[in-house]
Amino acid sequence: MNTQDKNSLWVRLADTLASVRKTLRIMSYNKAGFIGFLAIVAIILISYVGPYLVELDTDTKVDKIYQTPSNEFWLGTDHQGRDIFSYIIHGGKDVIAVGLAAGLISTFIGVTFGTLAGFAGGRVDSAIVAITDFVLTVPRFPLLVVLAAILTFDRNIYLGIILGLLNWPGLLRAIRSQALSLKERDFVQAARALDLGTPHIIFREIVPNMMSYIIISFTLAMTGAIYALVGLVLLGLAPFSGTNWGIMLSLAYTRGAMFFSDSLWYIMSPVVAIAILQLALVTMNRSLELIFNPRLRTEA
Amino acid sequence: MTTPALSQPVADESAPTLAQRLRRLSRSYLVRKILKALVTAWAVVTFTFFLIRLLPGNPIEQYTNQLVTTYGIPYHEALDQAKALFSIDFDQPVLYQYVNFVGNLFRGDLGKSILSPGTPVSDIIVQWLPWTVFSVGTGLMLSFSVGVVLGLLMAFRRDSLFDHILTLYASLMTSVPNYLFAIAVIVLLGARWQIIPIAEMRGVLSSGIEPALSWTFIKDALFHASLPISIYFFTGVGGWMLTMKSSTIGVLEEDYVTVSRAKGLKDNRILTAYVGRNASLPIFTQLAIAIGFVVGGSVIIESLFQYRGLGLTLFQSVQRRDYTVMQGVFLILTFSVIVANLLADILYSWIDPRIRLEDKR
Repeated sequence: MNTQDKNSLWVRLADTLASVRKTLRIMSYNKAGFIGFLAIVAIILISYVGPYLVELDTDTKVDKIYQTPSNEFWLGTDHQGRDIFSYIIHGGKDVIAVGLAAGLISTFIGVTFGTLAGFAGGRVDSAIVAITDFVLTVPRFPLLVVLAAILTFDRNIYLGIILGLLNWPGLLRAIRSQALSLKERDFVQAARALDLGTPHIIFREIVPNMMSYIIISFTLAMTGAIYALVGLVLLGLAPFSGTNWGIMLSLAYTRGAMFFSDSLWYIMSPVVAIAILQLALVTMNRSLELIFNPRLRTEA
Repeated sequence: MTTPALSQPVADESAPTLAQRLRRLSRSYLVRKILKALVTAWAVVTFTFFLIRLLPGNPIEQYTNQLVTTYGIPYHEALDQAKALFSIDFDQPVLYQYVNFVGNLFRGDLGKSILSPGTPVSDIIVQWLPWTVFSVGTGLMLSFSVGVVLGLLMAFRRDSLFDHILTLYASLMTSVPNYLFAIAVIVLLGARWQIIPIAEMRGVLSSGIEPALSWTFIKDALFHASLPISIYFFTGVGGWMLTMKSSTIGVLEEDYVTVSRAKGLKDNRILTAYVGRNASLPIFTQLAIAIGFVVGGSVIIESLFQYRGLGLTLFQSVQRRDYTVMQGVFLILTFSVIVANLLADILYSWIDPRIRLEDKR
């Protein structure tokens, strides 16, 4: 019995590995998307594992201000002689975390209420659409700027929640139109005829068919949240705790480092880092589409 | 138009009753959309009203205390001044404040600025609004026209090198935040390689130049606006290219395009008369909505270039806690979006007759 259990464990492990390999292979069908996916994995590893390997340089070395990249300082030094490379390694965590939180909240609200609106129809639909239209009308960034005067964002996570609560209208509309079209399909009619119950129909029939939409909406919500987060920090309206990429940019802006030729690396490093993160998120979409929407796969 | 079944005999069956008139009116697409805009506007006003009231720490009290401590004004006088500034009365019941607030809005009274005492908020808005509209509007017009044309061409010459390069550019521009480009331009082109004289280009006008219809003024205004406009253009054109490209691809697959090709019409003719018009349909409503967001400008880009427009005004009023200006600007921003959405709806129904006909069942 013991060897049998061990065998089945190995078998399951092998199965999981095989499906992971298959997923990766499907994603590689779209070159750009695959590169995006690898970039995201790299960024996540760097941001979450990196800090344990590279220590944050907090010593002020007045004699080494604004140095260009060298063997000792891979990306040069900042206005206090600190190693920029270490700050880049440590800076990704907050940005990714807030983006993730905001993306999850937006997607959850968008999917739940979008499917509900599309599927239920009638008054529920009209009410949800009315609320969505209202939130859509208020311009998002000015509202965030105004909110920054009213609420003080003590911790980054609150900002993530607020961003999540503002990003869902676009998603909801897309999900709702998908749900509306899926509602009429045969398999839904069949499920209805079998009286399988609304929760089953929503979660087991409709949602799995919208997965590609949902995942893509999620990554787009993340990029939108990161845009808003870095923008707010740059303006100085968001929390200043920590040393994320946005704060690096903000410090560069307020210290006038932008207009100073030698501080090039100090500013461009977070700019490039954020740009790569956003680009990778958007391009990864194309590979993700291939996984969740098998019709798009054209196997050689 | 069927008359509803009535239990009592109607005096004249041919003339529509009030109920029938109202019902017909409510089915009109136009009326529905206007009503929706009004309701949204009311909701926004209410939302803004309660948003400002939710401020932690009564701003009127804060201002009153400030007046008392700084200027030694007796408390009641200070309180009256504060109330006049805010154009609302905190002592009165909330409903009364609300009605007062809405009434003032109808008269165009948005209150007075706290930090520039005596200046009506509407004056401040009118002073800085044109600069935002000028810069963002020009950027939008340029990026739209160029983007649409390029998008059309990209779809027509799909999978060519032209298409690939431009799609790459467009994807880059739409995913990376626009202010990062502005920073890169300032740092690389301005500070590092000194191609662009960024120090001179800050602000809206050089000192000493008066707004007038003179060539010096126009030249100077364009000089200062060129950086923001370029940023809006280069980052915005990508979005329009991609949207137009996908819209055109959809149209290219339609039957009438194949037929016109089979008829032997020249590519140019098909492009302009058949494909171009139909592909632009959804684009125009997007343009109308984008125009609505012009007034908000971009807070970040305006602060990076110190280009004093409505966006920067909003930001500064937030920084300095000038609540009345904040409230006024925010309302103006949202109203312009509502109006633009309404115009977009009307425009769409006018361009695409199918929407209108849907209602005349």
